[in-house]
Order: sequence, then C-alpha cells, then structure tokens
Amino acid sequence: MKPCMERIYNGILKENPALVLMLGMCPTLAVTTSAVNGFGMGVSTLAVLVVSNLVISLLRKVIPDEVRLPAYIVIVASLVTVVELLTEAYVPALYSALGIYIPLIVVNCIILGRAEAFASKNPPMLSAMDGVGMGLGFTIALTVIGLVRELLGAGTAFGIEVMPESYAPIAIFIKAPGAFLVLMIIIMIMNAAHISTRANKVTEGCDGCCAACAKSCDTEEGEN
Amino acid sequence: MTSLIMIVISTALINNVVLNQFLGICSFLGVSRQIKTSASLGGAVIFVITISSAVASLLYDFVLAPLNLTYLKTIVFILVIAALVQLVEMFLKKTSRAVYQALGIYLPLITTNCAVLGVALTNVQNGYNLLESVLAGFGTAVGYTVAIVLLAGIRERIDEDAIPAPLRGAPIVLLCAVLMAIAFMGFGGLS
Repeated sequence: MKPCMERIYNGILKENPALVLMLGMCPTLAVTTSAVNGFGMGVSTLAVLVVSNLVISLLRKVIPDEVRLPAYIVIVASLVTVVELLTEAYVPALYSALGIYIPLIVVNCIILGRAEAFASKNPPMLSAMDGVGMGLGFTIALTVIGLVRELLGAGTAFGIEVMPESYAPIAIFIKAPGAFLVLMIIIMIMNAAHISTRANKVTEGCDGCCAACAKSCDTEEGEN
Repeated sequence: MTSLIMIVISTALINNVVLNQFLGICSFLGVSRQIKTSASLGGAVIFVITISSAVASLLYDFVLAPLNLTYLKTIVFILVIAALVQLVEMFLKKTSRAVYQALGIYLPLITTNCAVLGVALTNVQNGYNLLESVLAGFGTAVGYTVAIVLLAGIRERIDEDAIPAPLRGAPIVLLCAVLMAIAFMGFGGLS
C-alpha cells in the first residue's frame, strides 16, 4: 500500500481519533445532536487539520523547538478563525447550530496532537494526507454518533422522517445525557468485540493536555 | 443583584460546564480517579478561569472592540490564557509554596482545557461586562469542580466492584456521567 493511502486507512480505522484514540471528546459529545451537525463539525475540523498539518510540516525546520507549541497554537487559531468566518458567511445555519464549538476547534486535542506527533516529523504531502485520514475518521465518527442520536431522539435521519409514525421519539437521546449514553454504548460494543482502544487502557497521564496526548500516542506506537 | 446571583447559579448548576456544555471532558474523564487530585485540579481551574475571564473581558472591551479587531478574539484569548497560566505558575512558585505544591502540577494542563477558552468566548457572546464575566467564570469553574469531585467520589466507590468486562475502562465512567447528567437536568427547574 502506498504510504499516502496507508495514512487515510490509518486515520479512518486503525487510529480513528474519536473512537480509538479518544481525542476531541468535547465536540464529539456536544454537537452530535443531529447527523448534519456532526457532519458539519467533522468537515470544519477536517479542513483545519489538513491545512494545519501542511503548514506545520512546511515550517517544521524553521520553528525552534522551544517555542513550537505556541507557534502551532497561533497557526491553528488563525486557520480556525478563517473557517469560522467562512462558515458564518456561507453556511449561517450550521454556524448558529455549532455556535461556540467552532472557535473551540483550536483546543481540539486531535489538531495539536497530530501536529506534535506527525506533522512536525514528516514531509508536507504525507502530513496533509495524515490530516485527510484523521479528519475523515473524525467526520465519520461524528456523523455516526449524530445519526444514532437523531434517529432515536427525533425519529429522523439527516432531517428526513424515517421512523414509522407510531414511533415515539426518546427525547433524552438528543439531550445531554444521551451524548454520554451513545458514546458509552459504542465503546462497550467495541470492547466486547475486542477492538483495542485507548479507552480500555486509559492512563492517568493524559488529561486534556495535547502534548501529553501526543506523547502517549507516540509511546504506544513505539511499543506496537 | 438577583441577576448576578442568577448568573452564578445558572453557570454552576443549570448549564453545568461538563454535564451540559461538554467542555473539559478530557480531564473530567481522565483525572477523576481520586477525590483528592480532582479537588486540587478543581481548585486550580477555579483560580485560572476566574482570572482569565477578567483579563479576557478587559482585553475585549478596551482593546479589541475599540480597534474593530473582534474577529481576532480566538487567537488573542488562547495566547492570553497560555501566557496567563505561565505567569500564575511563576507567581505562585515565588510567593506561596504551599499553594504551588497543591495546584502547581495541574496548571500547565489547564491551558488546553477547552472550558477556559469556552468561558471567555461565551462571556463575549453574551455581552457580559467585567463583573458579570468574572462571576460567570467563577460559577462555571465551581460547576466543573462539583462535577469532577462527585464523579471521583463515585469512581472511588466502584473501584473494587466486579464490573462486567465490556464495561471496564471508559464505558463505566461514561455510564456514571450519564446518570449524573440526568440528575443535573433536574436543576433546569431553577431557571
């Protein structure tokens, strides 16, 4: 398999950021009230991730090691602002649905984690493909979670009525507890099927700190 | 006065930052194994969020808004928060050893806690003034601390129990979060 295709396969299945690496939990839980919102969030993150990986990879020999994290944060924050302004201008419905979670892409662990673990060490083309793979994996995970919640909680799929009329929607699935519940069920099924995730070997060290996430991902890859 | 008290209650309980707004989930699930460590992290979060909401509010009202640079708020806020955490860490190290030893190791982790940036952005979005921003920040951080300490209490209790194999690890913690989120929905009646 060519290395670029391998990065995409890796992002979608082997190291799916949301379901296997358990990164970016905030948007995964917050915006998946419907399949469309989950898809929109996924695509916004994908766009930021591809460009940030590309830019950081191009600049990897220029940025001094000591200030690399602040430099990455500035690059990512600028790209997020661009995405935010574009969404506001061209997809206002999505912009108001996602609200504050668009600017919060800046602190999404996936983006800084990939910058630190992959883009800072690999050539631009491969890093961009890594961004595509990871972004697609995230988009698919968010769309699936959103679809499940929308189907059970509102009886629709992508806004179209699909459930029979006699079906009474279980509203809790589109409220806050439903987010935790659907994620729990998905990880439980993966556990039962013996799919290895970070969730079943969660460590005390990684707690929202992107550098820590990137490092623990590194050591795990090293071990395998 | 009532509206100010309402801001604190609403941010701390009704719209709980973790269980309702889903901010700071990583540390909520990651650092909730023991009550003691969760309480220390909660203390550090209260400290940082209260200060950063004040600084962010001042910056927005007196620098970004007059210069018509409000679209730069994401970049400015995240840099200010990162710098502020460093400053707080240095300040505590020099002035209060006891507080530094209790909170110090958690401070660097807070920079990327999305609750901090989330509060700063929400305050601006709601058009809060300085006092309202500080109270909203304080309330949010108290809500975070309440949620993470409660979860740690539950996890200490179930630590020794025989949990069905597929539920071990993250799923059982998420299940606790589901029940807590349902309980916190009850606070909706306060508004």
